[in-house]
Amino acid sequence: MRNSIPEQGGLFPRDRDWHPPARAPGYKSSVLRSPSKPLVAFDSTLSELTGPVFGQDSLGPLDNDLLRNYAKDGEPIGPRILVQGKLQDEDGHPLRGALVEIWQANAGGRYRHANEKYIAALDPNFGGCGRTLTDDEGRYVFRTVMPGPYPWPNGPNDWRPAHIHFSLFGPAFGQRLITQMYFEGDPHIPLCPIVKTIADPEAIARLVAPLDMNATQPMDCRAYRFDMVLRGQRQTPFENRTEGL
Amino acid sequence: MAQRLSYLKETPSQTAGPYVHIGLTPQVAGVEGVYPEDPGLAIAGPEAKGQRIRIEGRIFDGQGDILRDALVELWQADAAGIYKSPNDPRAESCDPAVLGWGRAATDLKTGVFAFDTVKPGPVPGPGQSIMAPHVSLWIVARGINLGLATRMYFPDEEAANAADPILGKVLPPARRETLIASAEQSDAAALRYRFEIRLQGEDETVFFDC
Repeated sequence: MRNSIPEQGGLFPRDRDWHPPARAPGYKSSVLRSPSKPLVAFDSTLSELTGPVFGQDSLGPLDNDLLRNYAKDGEPIGPRILVQGKLQDEDGHPLRGALVEIWQANAGGRYRHANEKYIAALDPNFGGCGRTLTDDEGRYVFRTVMPGPYPWPNGPNDWRPAHIHFSLFGPAFGQRLITQMYFEGDPHIPLCPIVKTIADPEAIARLVAPLDMNATQPMDCRAYRFDMVLRGQRQTPFENRTEGL
Repeated sequence: MAQRLSYLKETPSQTAGPYVHIGLTPQVAGVEGVYPEDPGLAIAGPEAKGQRIRIEGRIFDGQGDILRDALVELWQADAAGIYKSPNDPRAESCDPAVLGWGRAATDLKTGVFAFDTVKPGPVPGPGQSIMAPHVSLWIVARGINLGLATRMYFPDEEAANAADPILGKVLPPARRETLIASAEQSDAAALRYRFEIRLQGEDETVFFDC
């Protein structure tokens, strides 16, 4: 086999001081689940620069409407909200046709999951998952209920701020990212050990969605705006490698 | 002072948490009826060219306990070493029966994850190099703050592995063994491989920044 692929630039390196470190002792679960040896670094290869393509045909019409996609005999309880925003890369290019998946607790802070035991009630009309593909401008929208805060076993009395989990694909598998969106004004944000795995206050602010009154639907539902950014890819304007080297 | 560069910064990561399955494999969580099936089960259809394989493994934490709440994604080329992606300049000739992407929860009771697929071919690497057949893996879970990237290589590719430019970066060389699956008793349907992932400890799996 001969290598006849033109040279492509790698993804922009991740700023690992901006992301949370693998080991963040305030979040106890990370202590035994964090690699302790240095990561092995290399410039992205074809294996990281390529990634799966998802088509509209793999999605159902209600997939991004959490008010309806699990409802049995009515709508879920809780404040109705839209969550919308755009997905770009670090170069500012909109990411089109990108798969965005979310999951969340219901308005009482209860997740629908086989392992979940919190005493708050399940909502028979709320499943808690949704997905969509970004449009030609990289935009997405979900309709859902505002999730509730909930207690979790970490410190003696730790509560998660209300949040929605986001899973993101770019065109390159090396751009894969999972994060959480918080809500502007939630007093639990600065108290949360998971939020505090991130050291830089500016980075934390990037996860806090503001209320967007211009997108809020009168007499219907409020809107929150959450824009997200995935890694960019270096351009290679000049060919540097001499044939045969 | 200087002009300000206009790059955006990547969105910071947060852990996928213990309930990742609700969003990514809802039927594993017990959320039925929202999607027709969990995404990522069909990596390579029955028409796919190449050797059928099954990969099974578990993930261990720093005290040897098995993770039962993790999620693993797989990305691979087809049997000819071509990715079904617009970023592969050869994508037009890829095997249409191979998506190349898979997703598997670790079993809530046993912690085993499994992928049924075909063996990928060798893939062009940096410069004129060739990368040995491998699958890329991405691991998220409660306690993992930023998804972990690794690769699984094949034990029956000794010469190709020895020439692989990425394995060659792993030092000391003994650590390369953590990236090579072990062959299991195979059956008529597929060659079987086992790939155990260790998050910490002496045999810690090699993870990448790439």
